[in-house]
Amino acid sequence: MATEEMEQLVTREYKEGFVTDIESDTLPPGLNEDTIAFISKKKGEPEWMLEWRLDAYRQWLKMKEPSWAHLNYPPIDYQAISYFSAPKRPEDMLQSMDEVDPKLLETYEKLGIPLHERAALAGVAVDAVFDSVSVTTTFKETLLEAGVIFCSISEAIHDYPELIKQYLGTVIPKNDNYFAALNSAVFTDGSFVFVPKGVKCPMELSTYFRINEANTGQFERTLIICEDQAEVSYLEGCTAPMRDENQLHAAVVELVALDDAYIKYSTVQNWYPGDENGVGGIYNFVTKRGDCRGDRSRISWTQVETGSAITWKYPSCMLRGKDSVGEFYSVAVTNGRQQADTGTKMVHIGEGSRSYIVAKGISAGRSDQSYRGLVKIGPRAKGARNFTQCDSLLIGDTCGAHTFPYQEINNSTATIEHEATTSKIGEDQLFYCQSRGISEEDAVSMIVNGFCKDVFQELPMEFAVEAEALLGVTLEGAVG
Amino acid sequence: MSDTHTFLETLHQHRQSMGPEPTWIAARRQAGAARFEAMGFPTRRDEEWKYTDVRGIAQGNFALAESAEFSQATAATLTLPLEAYRLTFVDGVFSASLSDLEHLPEGLQVLPLSKALETNHEAVGGPLGRLTGVDFSAFAALNTAFMEEGAVIRIAAGCVVEKPIIVQFLSRANDQPTMCHPRVLVEAAGRSEATLIEHYIGEKDAQNFTNVVGEFMLDRGAILQHYKLQEAPLGDYHVASMHVEQNRDSRYTSYSLNLGGALVRNDLISDLNGQGAETNFLGLFFGQDRQHVDNHTKVNHNAPLTFSNENYKGILDDRAHGVFNGKVFVKRDSQKIEGYQSNQNLLLSDRARIDAKPELEIYADDVKCSHGTTTGQLDEEAVFALRTRGIDEATARALLTLAFAGEVLEEVKLDVVSERVELAVAGKLPERFNLTGLVEAASALNELD
Repeated sequence: MATEEMEQLVTREYKEGFVTDIESDTLPPGLNEDTIAFISKKKGEPEWMLEWRLDAYRQWLKMKEPSWAHLNYPPIDYQAISYFSAPKRPEDMLQSMDEVDPKLLETYEKLGIPLHERAALAGVAVDAVFDSVSVTTTFKETLLEAGVIFCSISEAIHDYPELIKQYLGTVIPKNDNYFAALNSAVFTDGSFVFVPKGVKCPMELSTYFRINEANTGQFERTLIICEDQAEVSYLEGCTAPMRDENQLHAAVVELVALDDAYIKYSTVQNWYPGDENGVGGIYNFVTKRGDCRGDRSRISWTQVETGSAITWKYPSCMLRGKDSVGEFYSVAVTNGRQQADTGTKMVHIGEGSRSYIVAKGISAGRSDQSYRGLVKIGPRAKGARNFTQCDSLLIGDTCGAHTFPYQEINNSTATIEHEATTSKIGEDQLFYCQSRGISEEDAVSMIVNGFCKDVFQELPMEFAVEAEALLGVTLEGAVG
Repeated sequence: MSDTHTFLETLHQHRQSMGPEPTWIAARRQAGAARFEAMGFPTRRDEEWKYTDVRGIAQGNFALAESAEFSQATAATLTLPLEAYRLTFVDGVFSASLSDLEHLPEGLQVLPLSKALETNHEAVGGPLGRLTGVDFSAFAALNTAFMEEGAVIRIAAGCVVEKPIIVQFLSRANDQPTMCHPRVLVEAAGRSEATLIEHYIGEKDAQNFTNVVGEFMLDRGAILQHYKLQEAPLGDYHVASMHVEQNRDSRYTSYSLNLGGALVRNDLISDLNGQGAETNFLGLFFGQDRQHVDNHTKVNHNAPLTFSNENYKGILDDRAHGVFNGKVFVKRDSQKIEGYQSNQNLLLSDRARIDAKPELEIYADDVKCSHGTTTGQLDEEAVFALRTRGIDEATARALLTLAFAGEVLEEVKLDVVSERVELAVAGKLPERFNLTGLVEAASALNELD
């Protein structure tokens, strides 16, 4: 697109009579090229970025929403969603903890979340001198010393356009899928991490420490790059239930690992799952993909999925480098009316690439859960190796657990193993615990935690402890 | 769309040359044709056909065979050397001279569909198409549109059929490739017991298309051993849709042995509708050159206390492409279920390819379900172990490949069938050597025992 045209588009007034007031906070519902121009302008983005977004939007228009997943939800009206809202001003927010839903507070109590954090999570206005500000400052200094860039993606577009141009959309192309295209067009914020050659990131990075604009979780975009021999561990989300008014979430996460690099990405997702009848919960359509571009590179995904009404998520690894390694550890818990269709894709392209998949699914209540995975071995992936273990645990007789693993093997030197089991908690196991004075609920929680052990031990320490508590809370009321 | 047109045109012309028929069959034929036209041939965009391209069939021009001429001598070499009741079809046309339906025991009826329709069409109308309707697939619809021939087997309550029943389909090397759409209909009444062998074989250069639909109804306590020995000529297209319905305490065992065909697609579905019903799927497929073998299986646990066990093994050489898609479905409230599924594949060449998709779909909690699949090559340590014992590498590899197939074949109750498949696998192995002698010696030893 010519620069002039771009200029026109950016400066033109919002067609539907909406004034492109840069100070304005929220866009009315609807999506068209003007909306995108507005978002881009609001973010003060350079032209090439707007062009990139518009291209994604145009491709999105030509695409169809996927329907192959084992999910059932009413059609989404993409024109009924507001695609941009600026952070809330303190005066618009809840003024004290008394106004917060007591159920939410009860959950925080059970999870053992520190008092001052509860307020922030529940969306209560907090004093400017919030603890984490000082934490963040020291945090940033340490990182800077090491040469690690860790900032929001909007900042990165300004400050490191070369890196963004080089990497953004190279792992997940704009037209990769319906939700990725939508995200590419309208993403508002997310994280950017760049670890230069030979640097081992001195600390675990977490979205939690990035002072983020509030209310940007809807269309998050994350990009993590590890150069040769670099290493980073990134934590996303938090165990506390997050309050969010947006029903549709479509995030995109791209990871790039060059020679000998190692990226460990851990997620705990606990968005609002909706009430007992499944009304209101978050729809979570996430595209996550890691690109093991370099030889001997390694990408490891760990996820604990307990929230959202609908989860559609397949963190994947493109194992392009020689001897590259992809790992996927997942615990997904569904209760009530939740539905989850999640799994992974391991695409073996490089010689000697290896992948390891451990997926544990727990369904309770009237929920439905599917593991959907793909292991693909290309003709050049000599000696590729995959092991997959996916187990489902059913609690109650009204839930469903399904497994749809795809294997496409095009190389005789590859070795692929897949194992899956589905069962319920053994009566004898329960009886054994109860005969030793452990209550039924505690016994179930113990057994379930044991079932998930393989995954939890992959989580960073503090996450692992919280995840266990979270599991207990999620499954509450499922037994008995 | 033009692909379906060729087939519908053939159907139209064929109908005009035929006499009148019962109204119900005409109506079903019409429904089949309409459904086929609406669906069209599946493409790889259909999830069920993701790995199988049927353009070879869709773009082909197949005629309908008019006679059942076949050389007796050739037939004798092809047929299974078994004492059995025999029903033979040549390119889908019933051959009385190659069939042996004398001395059927009391309680057993084996007859061609055309004859069953002629004598008492009402008795066929109910069961025919009850399990595999026109909506199942375009191929089932196409079959229904053309249905007029096939095998009808009825086993009366409590009847134990001693000799196996063989239904053989011979494929001829015609100048003009032909197609046939046979039906296999088995009604096994309570506590009956029988062994059925479906045998597909033919002249080496044949290039025909067989599109068979099978329906098997097992009433209370019935036992059916069902062999499907598919040794079709390497130019043949073979599509089979098999549907089993099992009542209380019935036991069904399928031995699906696939060696032939250029493009093979097998659908096998078992509905476990009564408590205590048990189904066993055993499968072996061997592909070489550019063969394409697609196996889709599904077990529906519709009632509590049902049991299923599945074991499929694939060996793929050259540029062969194998597909395994197995599904275990457990209906809500079908408690106390056991469902096991195993699929193992051996790739012998760099260009061979396998796509496996073992699925579980479970809506009940008191179940024990598992599936496992592995794909790999021969264990190098095992090859080494044999070589240290003075066996050359080629023989060692062949022996191990045979042993891999042997895990399925040793379950096969009929020695004639298992030895035939074993020899076929041995003869097709990449490093050819004289294993025949070894196998024969082994079977001679077996007989001594």
